[in-house]
Amino acid sequence: MGSLGATRETASDKSGQEQAMKKFLLTASAAALVTAASAGYAAARDQIQIVGSSTVFPFTTAVAERLGQTGQFKTPVVESTGTGGGIKLFCSGVGENTPDFTNASRAIKDSELETCKANGVTPVEIKVGFDGIVLANSKAGAAVDLTKEVIFKALAKNVVVDGQTVANPYVNWSDIDASLPNTKIEVLGPPPTSGTRDAFVELVMLEACQEEIKTANEDACSEIREDGAYVEAGENDNLIVQKLEANPNAFGIFGFSFLDQNADKLQGHKVDGVEPTFENIASGEYGVSRSLFVYAKKEHVGVIPGMEEFIAEYTSENAWGPDGYLADKGLIPLPDDERAQQAEDAKALKEMGS
Amino acid sequence: MTDIASTTGTPAPSRSLHTNEAAKARLRARYAAERRFKWMGAGALAVSGIFLVLLLSTIVMEALPALRANYLVLPLDLSPAKVDPADPAAANYDDIVQEALLAKFPGVESRQDRRLVRGLISTGSGVYLRRQVESGDVPLGGTVELGVPLDDFADLYMKGLLADTGSVAPLEASVTPSGTEGDIELAFDDDRLVRLARGHGATEAEGGVLRLTGGADSFLIGLNGGTVKLTEIAPAPNGGAAGRGVVLQPLQSAQTAAADAASLRIIDTPEASRKISDREIVWLDALKQQGAIESRFNTIFFFTGASREPELAGIWSAVVGSFLTMVVTLALSFPIGVAAAIYLEEFAPKNRWTNLIEVNINNLAAVPSIVFGLLGLAVFLNWFGLPRSAPLVGGMVLSLMTLPIIIIASRAALRAVPPSIRDAALGVGASKVQTVFHHVLPLAMPGIMTGTILGMAHALGETAPLLMIGMVAFIVDIPGGFTDPATILPVQIFMWADFPEPGFQQKTSAAILILLAFLIIMNAAAVILRKRFERRW
Repeated sequence: MGSLGATRETASDKSGQEQAMKKFLLTASAAALVTAASAGYAAARDQIQIVGSSTVFPFTTAVAERLGQTGQFKTPVVESTGTGGGIKLFCSGVGENTPDFTNASRAIKDSELETCKANGVTPVEIKVGFDGIVLANSKAGAAVDLTKEVIFKALAKNVVVDGQTVANPYVNWSDIDASLPNTKIEVLGPPPTSGTRDAFVELVMLEACQEEIKTANEDACSEIREDGAYVEAGENDNLIVQKLEANPNAFGIFGFSFLDQNADKLQGHKVDGVEPTFENIASGEYGVSRSLFVYAKKEHVGVIPGMEEFIAEYTSENAWGPDGYLADKGLIPLPDDERAQQAEDAKALKEMGS
Repeated sequence: MTDIASTTGTPAPSRSLHTNEAAKARLRARYAAERRFKWMGAGALAVSGIFLVLLLSTIVMEALPALRANYLVLPLDLSPAKVDPADPAAANYDDIVQEALLAKFPGVESRQDRRLVRGLISTGSGVYLRRQVESGDVPLGGTVELGVPLDDFADLYMKGLLADTGSVAPLEASVTPSGTEGDIELAFDDDRLVRLARGHGATEAEGGVLRLTGGADSFLIGLNGGTVKLTEIAPAPNGGAAGRGVVLQPLQSAQTAAADAASLRIIDTPEASRKISDREIVWLDALKQQGAIESRFNTIFFFTGASREPELAGIWSAVVGSFLTMVVTLALSFPIGVAAAIYLEEFAPKNRWTNLIEVNINNLAAVPSIVFGLLGLAVFLNWFGLPRSAPLVGGMVLSLMTLPIIIIASRAALRAVPPSIRDAALGVGASKVQTVFHHVLPLAMPGIMTGTILGMAHALGETAPLLMIGMVAFIVDIPGGFTDPATILPVQIFMWADFPEPGFQQKTSAAILILLAFLIIMNAAAVILRKRFERRW
């Protein structure tokens, strides 16, 4: 009797469990159906899509947010894909599945422009401002006066010593120039995948490249030493900032906006006698700066709602002017006349090269 | 043994093989090895425990400030003249906020100073007010006392998170101001300040005058209820010092302040290299004293979408995005995974083809997740033409990733059901399908669900596969459906960690805590399910 009762109990227990499981399976399959139904996506896109450089990303997102705050349009979606990846997506064709804008921390290359044109894409170039690349360290460390030549000697893989090209022998800053501090050369900077690194190499390493190395092999100029003096610190500039705080003897290479936002902890160093300040970069006196661009897809204007308004917002004085909110974010504005010209061209959707 | 040993005449110190000295030594060595192993195990546990505590406590300490935010309470004029009750969306809320703010600072006239005052509160204050009005929480028709969020640097200052904000000490000298507003002269009866100024980067000008402008640290002198910023100081013939200063906050009188009634605050960072100026510091302190600044629970952080302004950035859009993505992942990977496991375990013939499939499933579980992202880009976006950045595609990619995990876990759970159950069911005449669905599957379900939840928790923390399909993006609007652009929690953390504004650092840690909370809840659910329904044979 007892054993029979026990079996019955297990049986009813089991059927209860079974039912719960059935219910669960049903819900799961229903959810799958709903998903399948929503997969029949066909509605026209009503939201701007932007891709491209991670350097321009902080500025474009700020503009996108402003556009969304007006309430007339959905906030544009901004992806950080890197300049090259952004242009590739941007130039892949015309249509809803391609982005409407791309950010770039350099001008579009001729080869990229050709691809664009071949795919029926007409990019409209908007130069939005400058970005300075700074060499900085913690306020607790020494302030130094650098030149591009010194930076080259500190970071190049091969340097010329007494007419001979040798692997970089400098260990301390004072080995390069007696006026520099007697501390180990330790520079944290971006990896080769970064646009900041490209610009740094172009603006400092190539320019200051020693003649003997240049004549031997042009490519050797851009090689950065790999013996531990230059530490690739990843794409995350905040990480560099934190490491600099912890180590006063280390120097970091990053975009001006990070120096600007952390001005209470870091000091930027003079390069060729010019301090990396807002004014000096804007006037072009500071040598290590580059232009930032946004490219708009002309074919999408009028099809995707809000594109004209986005361009107007980006090129408004309230945004990219010297007192605008993008300046607060660390974007260095173009000179007044150039800004006016760029705004006019952008609004007229002036094609490149015309 | 002992007898034999004794008969052979050798003195036998030990009686047996197991009790002689060598055996004891061996035993000791064995015990020692066991103890060593125990200690090493305990040590390893302790080290990992310390690291866990260290990691968690760092994140929690970093995150705590983000849970509260400072608001400036302003009397906002929402009368019908400003806000039309019939059409509240059309009102200019930025103007309303700025008018109320500037009314708090009657002495501020110049354009530059007004800009500085406006910088105290968030640039999104107008939008914040509009949302409050639209939500119906704020009564229209009159003046309402309402808090608007402070700007990120002002907020960090109020939380005491900026590097150098100085500390207040007694001045140790009596001081006589020449006026109560504008540029004034100050006479001190002690020359200590001159020495102090020299040590804080003051530049020497003609006639022994020390200038404190430019690269020098800030000297703020509090007297007679106001604050003066010292700009110049020079030793005076009477053994005291004469200085000049700018009044940052009007003095109540121009009387001499005694040595114990005046205070000195030295801020060790020159004003030019700070994100918060002396004037703002003085204003914020004054507002704090008036009780106009309130620290509240940070509802913005929990219930709004992303933003480029740290004080307005919230986690909600990422939470919704994660939820939608996980729904798709579950809806796809659970039925398919369980069905595949049942077929492979219960129905499929064991031949080289099923072996091949099995090996491949096991291999798939070890494929780096970025590969699934590339597959998603090539197949779901380029071939199927599905929208970029959509949780639908994200869920599909993540379900590819979780499928092998679910299949392997489900097969293990099915295999753990004893054959006697199957035999009994078949014995009473149940078909194969009935046996599996009525008996084996329900008994295996707790194990299957545990595996599923762990697979989902794994998927919740993934960013790499979503990089390729456009979900690593700045998305402000809260997604309303499976095809709206969305981002997910780990991506939000990654992006905040990358923004230059220091205000995002605390947000990053707080978002990590939220993600961890979700993971802990999911893992706890797996444990509870297992404990509650698990059967042992």
